[in-house]
Amino acid sequence: MLIGKPSNIRSSEITDEEVYRNRRQFLKAGSLALAATAASTFLPGCVTNAAESEQTAPAAKGPYDTTETPTPYQAITTYNNYYEFGAEYSLPAKNSKNFKTSPWTIAVSGMVKKPAEYAIEDLLKGLTAEDRIYRMRCVEGWSMVIPWRGIPLASIIKKLEPTPSAKFVEFKTILAPDQMPEQKTNLLPWPYTEGLRLDEAMNPLALFATGIYGQTILNQNGAPIRLVAPWKYGFKGVKSIVTMRFTDIMPKNTWAVATPSEYGFYANVNPNVDHPRWTQKTERPIGQRLTLTQIAKGEVPLKKTLMFNGYADQVASMYAGMDLTKLF
Amino acid sequence: MPQRRWIWWIVKPVVFLLCLAPIALLLWWLQTQQLSANPLDDITDQTGTWTLRFLLITLSISPIRRITGWNSVIRFRRMLGLFAFFYGLLHFTTYVWFVQFFDFNAILEDIPKRPFITAGFTALVLMFPLALTSTKKWILRLGGKRWQFLHRLIYLSAVAGVVHYLWLVKRDTDNPLVYGLILIVLLGFRAWFHFVQPRVQRITTPVAR
Repeated sequence: MLIGKPSNIRSSEITDEEVYRNRRQFLKAGSLALAATAASTFLPGCVTNAAESEQTAPAAKGPYDTTETPTPYQAITTYNNYYEFGAEYSLPAKNSKNFKTSPWTIAVSGMVKKPAEYAIEDLLKGLTAEDRIYRMRCVEGWSMVIPWRGIPLASIIKKLEPTPSAKFVEFKTILAPDQMPEQKTNLLPWPYTEGLRLDEAMNPLALFATGIYGQTILNQNGAPIRLVAPWKYGFKGVKSIVTMRFTDIMPKNTWAVATPSEYGFYANVNPNVDHPRWTQKTERPIGQRLTLTQIAKGEVPLKKTLMFNGYADQVASMYAGMDLTKLF
Repeated sequence: MPQRRWIWWIVKPVVFLLCLAPIALLLWWLQTQQLSANPLDDITDQTGTWTLRFLLITLSISPIRRITGWNSVIRFRRMLGLFAFFYGLLHFTTYVWFVQFFDFNAILEDIPKRPFITAGFTALVLMFPLALTSTKKWILRLGGKRWQFLHRLIYLSAVAGVVHYLWLVKRDTDNPLVYGLILIVLLGFRAWFHFVQPRVQRITTPVAR
């Protein structure tokens, strides 16, 4: 896996001891809380992970984990792009408090052998959740490192058995204007729609996330289930998913419909393709404490954005021969 | 009138300090972690917003004076205009420091490339000659008429500032449109005053800029 080379790492990015200790304590607390509710969980895989991380610190790394310091939980859960709940970063956490995520069904349709309206519990039954610490790069120039918990999307798709003609899968967020204030406006064409090519969806990195830091995912982060595709810009990560449609036609994703000159279908993180508003060459890692003294000393968090957000080893082969400056 | 002068010695510093409140609050919030998870972007946004606000406040001085006949209000105009420039410089500094981290090659590439940066940079550049010639000496050196003509650049600067904001946002255009609307009203007042008001009246009072 490609992660920042030592020469790329600025002193400001190196974790100091205090932060590291706190992180261990935090993970420990999280896993203890999880162990307490283990009996009721429908995700048996998590329990093993939690038990392990409680004893061995730092927690064992999965094969796809980044070694970068995870962004604090507070930042992940208060700085959100979830337009349905408001067009400012602070609003989703405030406006999503009463969002109802249970019962939850996901309608599977199209070119698939097992189309049905699945209760989320049934769709995920028998599948093993995994903890994955992924980088997340927002198209607006900031980035976080998020310890997700979720089910590899490939295992869900295998269970649904798409037919050979299926080439894409389309996802939609719930349409619930009574619970999502901005869905009453025409801020975007609702419901939010995203899609992946089937091989992208089957890539081992693609995750249907149900948790963050070992806790059940919060509404502002896309509860009860959302897509995570860490080599793509954050807006591909469609939240609160209620439909999965298998098709042979490229789905029309919301931002590409709203602003076609700025957003495409693929949305792979690419430092060589600039967005008219944000440079994509660099990014700002956010969420860590920042003081005036640090700024004055020049310790401004900023780093070079990597091709495919640093996941080229896992995903670049899927795009061989494609002109990614045109198919952005 | 020594007593009236004494009042100005109080009022002006108070307004001056009030104008510094936005930046003081921002720094306080940064230090006490009351900004968002992305405080540097917050500072960039806030200094930009206050630049635009001070431009509009400055542009409202003449209309206020015309409408209310409160002539002394003109005494604040230069200070308010210079604060617009001050916040504009701070805003540009956040771009150079936080966004580009002093990569001047990247900045030179970026300014013509991204339309909203081009507009914002234009707005700032247009403020430079105004700030430099804001002293009484410069009014005398240029002569009142030429000085006034030069200082109409503030209209262009404000328009470029609103366009900068409008091109920056993705879909939520409400805020920049509100600033645009206020600017249209302020400039519209001048157009109305210039073209519709009888000429005679303008001769009796100095022309608003």
